[in-house]
Amino acid sequence: MTESAFRSYSETGALRSDRSAGDRLRHRQKVREAIRENVADIVAEESIIGQSRDKIIKVPIRGIREYHFIFGDDSPGVGSGQGNSQPGQVISTSQGAQPGSGKAGSQPGVDYYETEITLEELTDIMFEDLELPDMERRKLREVMVESLRRRKGFRRVGVRAHLDKKRTAMARMRRKLAARTGIGDRPERFPFHRDDLKYRRIVRDLRFQSNAVVLCIMDTSGSMDTMKKYLARSFFFLLHQFVRTRYNNVQVVFIAHDAQAREVSEEEFFAKGGSGGTIISSGYLKALEIVRERFHPSLWNVYAFHCSDGDNWTQDNPTALRAAEELAEVCNLFGYGEIKPLNSGSYGDSLLELFEKIEADNFHALMIENKEDIWPSFKELLLRERTDVPADRA
Amino acid sequence: MARNWTIEDLEYWDARIQEKVREFGLACFPQEFEVCDHEQMLGYMAYHGMPAHYPHWSFGKAYEKLRTLYRYGVSGLPYEMVINTAPSLAYLMRENSLCLQILTIAHVYGHNDFFRNNFSFRDTRPELAIAHFKLRAERVRHYVEDPSIGPQRVEEILDAAHALSLQCRRDTAIRKLSRAEQQDRALADAIPPRDPYAGIHKAREYHAPDLNRIPLEPEEDILLFIAENQPYLSEWQKDLLRIVHEESRYFIPQIETKIMNEGWASYWHFQIMNNLDLPEDLYLEFLVHHNQVVRPHPGDINPYYLGFRVWADIRQRYDGESQGAGQRKIFEVRETDRDASFLRRFLTEPLMRDMDLFEYRRDQGQTVISQISDADHWESVRDSLLKNVGMATVPVIRITDADFRHNRVLLLRHAHDGRDLQREYLEKTLGYLHRLWGRQVLLETTVSGASVTFSYDNSGLGEIRTGSAEQRNTHA
Repeated sequence: MTESAFRSYSETGALRSDRSAGDRLRHRQKVREAIRENVADIVAEESIIGQSRDKIIKVPIRGIREYHFIFGDDSPGVGSGQGNSQPGQVISTSQGAQPGSGKAGSQPGVDYYETEITLEELTDIMFEDLELPDMERRKLREVMVESLRRRKGFRRVGVRAHLDKKRTAMARMRRKLAARTGIGDRPERFPFHRDDLKYRRIVRDLRFQSNAVVLCIMDTSGSMDTMKKYLARSFFFLLHQFVRTRYNNVQVVFIAHDAQAREVSEEEFFAKGGSGGTIISSGYLKALEIVRERFHPSLWNVYAFHCSDGDNWTQDNPTALRAAEELAEVCNLFGYGEIKPLNSGSYGDSLLELFEKIEADNFHALMIENKEDIWPSFKELLLRERTDVPADRA
Repeated sequence: MARNWTIEDLEYWDARIQEKVREFGLACFPQEFEVCDHEQMLGYMAYHGMPAHYPHWSFGKAYEKLRTLYRYGVSGLPYEMVINTAPSLAYLMRENSLCLQILTIAHVYGHNDFFRNNFSFRDTRPELAIAHFKLRAERVRHYVEDPSIGPQRVEEILDAAHALSLQCRRDTAIRKLSRAEQQDRALADAIPPRDPYAGIHKAREYHAPDLNRIPLEPEEDILLFIAENQPYLSEWQKDLLRIVHEESRYFIPQIETKIMNEGWASYWHFQIMNNLDLPEDLYLEFLVHHNQVVRPHPGDINPYYLGFRVWADIRQRYDGESQGAGQRKIFEVRETDRDASFLRRFLTEPLMRDMDLFEYRRDQGQTVISQISDADHWESVRDSLLKNVGMATVPVIRITDADFRHNRVLLLRHAHDGRDLQREYLEKTLGYLHRLWGRQVLLETTVSGASVTFSYDNSGLGEIRTGSAEQRNTHA
């Protein structure tokens, strides 16, 4: 051994050395692919429905494990104890809970991991999965709004609140250095000058604002039990999330109806154990009324979805049909989901036949029997969205 | 942590440490240190410490995983990282305190000495390691950029090659015979031994060996074998397989000596630091860090702890015999052993009992202690430990026939040692093997005591209970 050498740290070297960026990106892509393959499973899981957008969801990643030949669980391991180990003593109860087990590939659990994504990211992935062909081309009903104020550069004049203290101090320092004439020439004070002051320049941004309203209409009559409500809720959730990915201002309206319709809050909407008969047209008429009053179709993109178990009062059917046609007129998309869980025993009337008469191509009626149906049905529904813009009718 | 040192400080302490290194008789390569921040350290860790390495998403995954663990404080970063090159290259974390840097430098010289002197590193060509890795990286990048190949096809081959990367010969010190030598050996083995009782019973007949069989002897280097014997692979595909194989060859000695190597470095940093006349504040800080590093991890094996204890024990026991014998012994052992032989020879019963080593088994989600190091069971606990160190964690799988049933079916045999293969991983890995070989792949193994042959072809995984394999053959 002769000598050793030290190479010191260099900031620029560190900045240039993000060597893993490309490989991380590729890994991230693979994670997304894996999630996309499992979207249907994740949607069928109960935990994501009705959660806030920031909720972090654990998604098990399959398919990007690195496989090699390894031994199975039956192979014993060796550990060190604290001096009091006895045969038969249980040291841990969950698999793969060995912290920092450094032996590569001695347990499959080590390589198995979950990734965490926010609900927001998950919905992005979900809707990427839909690959709607006309997504980009569609003109949205938009209005110009002054939505944002942005910082853009600096200026010499402005209000006090916008003063950028750091830049001002830097300007003074610069001037001070420049003013130095010779050694020993140090003025006692060097006050701020008006030229030093730097203000942030704030500009107003004109943006297109796109508005959308989601009308959730649900039958809350006595025949809607918890399971049916849960399925309905999943559907509303997906629709809401979908609309949110495409418009920057989204409102949700909940309309509950049995024999008559009321606008309610979200909690009431899902909690309400209703009773009584069912008159579907009441829900549609209420929706139309709300659209007329608050969400004019020239300014709002309207999405409506109605969940029911199809047990309508027969005399109401013609009225309901007419109201549904009218509602389809004002909506971008109007869906009707008939919820009949397989073992619910309620094989009563169905409105699906009735609604077949509706010709509007942005209307879609579908049947949901279990959780696994939700995602495929939802995909089907979205393909029906009207491509033309009814704004000219406004 | 505020930084309280300059490069000059490090150079000063390095010179002091080197004095001690010479005094203790460690024989090191010249040493280079590079100061880096934690992001760079994570980068080096993800790429096995190599300054240049070919790209693959698994390194991105490793990076993300390390960073997540680091961010959430699950695992700290190592204080240092040394790679087996000549001159030896080590990375020091910029964020560490002066005491940690001194400790680290002392520790690094331990690794350096071990890399240079342990027999298993003899064929790793440390003087060329960095250049080799760089050249391989350039070759892979070249294939990625080649418009007729592209990243996707490179990734497909690398994914498959990584799955099989550790399926290679582990006795690096034993020379691999060439095909001609294998043929000579087959001929020599076929001659019946001289039989002193030839007059009493019938002499063994001479059977001419089949010298055209491929492979002649069971072959453990799976990737290399495919690169040499799969006629439908392009040159670039074969090259990728060789690249992955060569990297594994380079890293296997480190896998095989993890406990010895970490123990050796910890042993010597302890000796050096104790002889350095450190100021009291640095010395106390050192003791805290040292105890952190070589503390037992309950329920697990900490290689630093285990190695440190065994080295210290050898020294102490042999010193009892005669003055200086302990020192001579540990220098001899650091040259001639690897983890398996090291533990088998020097992990004694009192030491095991003192460390309270036990064997555990997993049973329906529970981990239960099955044996402890008492008088009756310590040897069996030790043998379990031997199965969990170095390359013993990788199943031994050998290619026995590359032209099975004269149909270019690849037949492999798992040398079962009491541990079954994990089913899901087996299926996926066989899938990769099938992708590379291009024809049906058969793997003979044992599952819960019964012989089973797994088959992987275009229709996926199939399972043949042994005995029916030949039947199926006649039907086909």
